[in-house]
Amino acid sequence: MPASDSMASSVVEVRNLSKRFQGFTAVDNISFDIKKGEILGLLGPNGAGKTTTIHMLLGLITPTAGSIHMFGLDLATHRETILQQVNFSSTYISMPFSLTVEENLKVIARLYELKHIQQRIDDIVKKLEMEDIRHRLTRKLSSGQMSRLTLAKAIMTEPKVLFLDEPTASLDPDIVNKIKSFLKEYQRSEGLSILYTSHNMREMEEMSDRIIFLQRGKIVAEGTATEIIQRYGQRDLEEVFLKLAREQNGP
Amino acid sequence: MSLGRIVALLSRHMYLYKRSFARLLEIFYWPFLDLVVWGFITIYLEKVGMSLHGAVSFFLGALILWDVLFRAQQGIAVSFLEEMWARNLMNLFASPLTVGEYLVATMTMSVLKVTAVGGLMMIFAWVFYSYDILQMGLSLLPFVLNLVISGWIIGVLTTSIIMRFGQQAEVLAWGMVFLFQPISCVFYPIEVLPPVLQSLAWMVPPAHIFEGMRGVLTTGNAPVTHLLWATGLNGGFLVLIVAWFYHTFNICKERGMLVRVGE
Repeated sequence: MPASDSMASSVVEVRNLSKRFQGFTAVDNISFDIKKGEILGLLGPNGAGKTTTIHMLLGLITPTAGSIHMFGLDLATHRETILQQVNFSSTYISMPFSLTVEENLKVIARLYELKHIQQRIDDIVKKLEMEDIRHRLTRKLSSGQMSRLTLAKAIMTEPKVLFLDEPTASLDPDIVNKIKSFLKEYQRSEGLSILYTSHNMREMEEMSDRIIFLQRGKIVAEGTATEIIQRYGQRDLEEVFLKLAREQNGP
Repeated sequence: MSLGRIVALLSRHMYLYKRSFARLLEIFYWPFLDLVVWGFITIYLEKVGMSLHGAVSFFLGALILWDVLFRAQQGIAVSFLEEMWARNLMNLFASPLTVGEYLVATMTMSVLKVTAVGGLMMIFAWVFYSYDILQMGLSLLPFVLNLVISGWIIGVLTTSIIMRFGQQAEVLAWGMVFLFQPISCVFYPIEVLPPVLQSLAWMVPPAHIFEGMRGVLTTGNAPVTHLLWATGLNGGFLVLIVAWFYHTFNICKERGMLVRVGE
């Protein structure tokens, strides 16, 4: 277990993390921390290694090298204890279609061994304005409603760390706005730490306290949005993104 | 090992079964059709005077026990497919759920399925053919338990192959058990097989179980040798297959296949 001082305030500590698949390096020796109550943005073009990094943080992919510590514990040896306090949401995940919204939430609540399950479901359904769909089959949900369900399943377990992989992708602006407002408010009130990925630069600037820019699996920039913009001499984050993405993809 | 997380997985399948017509067909329709067809074959064999003493007991008893094996295997493999089809594996394995809890939950699911199918087939056989499998007595029970364990072994093997090779291997959930049928000697004694296959059959627990069932029918007593062989082989294979499942699961995590399975 690392004994660095940063562990006192860092809830997530990633050191020299790499993932190589046959002949391809998806994540290349990256290190970063997420502090308590911080929203860290993970930015990068498609194939930069954002999702692979999140999958490694969730224990779904075994790293080739490096270490992941959360709450001072090594994920490789304390998986159950860590995952009890962590959750994730993504536009690209699904939940069993043949179950209703409420049934899906009940299963998740039991998986995380929550107490007062019905009360928790009532609360989260109210918070995310899902009262009208709570008894609807999941297969009948729109993409916006499905995003709210996956967010509800993540928030309901009261995690200390939340991984959000493009939680607002392909949603209409009204829903995006609602989800962002909810997340910001919830994060402030609960002191939640969040790792956030998005392709929307404005959203990234708005949501993140700090940003890590990944390119071909490596961290090429790190800091606040303003710091990164100044370092690359661009007008906004979108221009920085385009510059770095074009470097990755070639002319 | 957390009982709460095992119950969580069971409840997920119960919610599914309560409103899925296709899943209910699996429990009611196919076993019923099997029984009807084999019941008529048995009646025909008796009518044409083939010298098969106790043909009803042999065939219907074997059929009911074969379904125990088949449904026990399916209970495991189809539970995994359900998660794969629902793209739910990430939700499960990014939670505190352990591989051991997952296996125990699917094994419990297979016992529930076997109990439902076995119970219904016993009732159908009794109503339509006046055949009561319970007449074989309690001596059959250890053989049934061994069959369930054999079903788990084939089910876990099938699941690990599907996890490793994805959707292209999903047909194994229904087909794998039939690979073992010829050497399980469900409907015929083991001496019918050619010598090479006989040697192979003696290494397969279901062959001992079906031989044992025929022994129970003939003598009324459980042949202890077959029971011991079946139990010993099942114990050894179960340990090996669970270790194999853990190994495959780790390989899938290393190669990033767990997050892509079903795509």
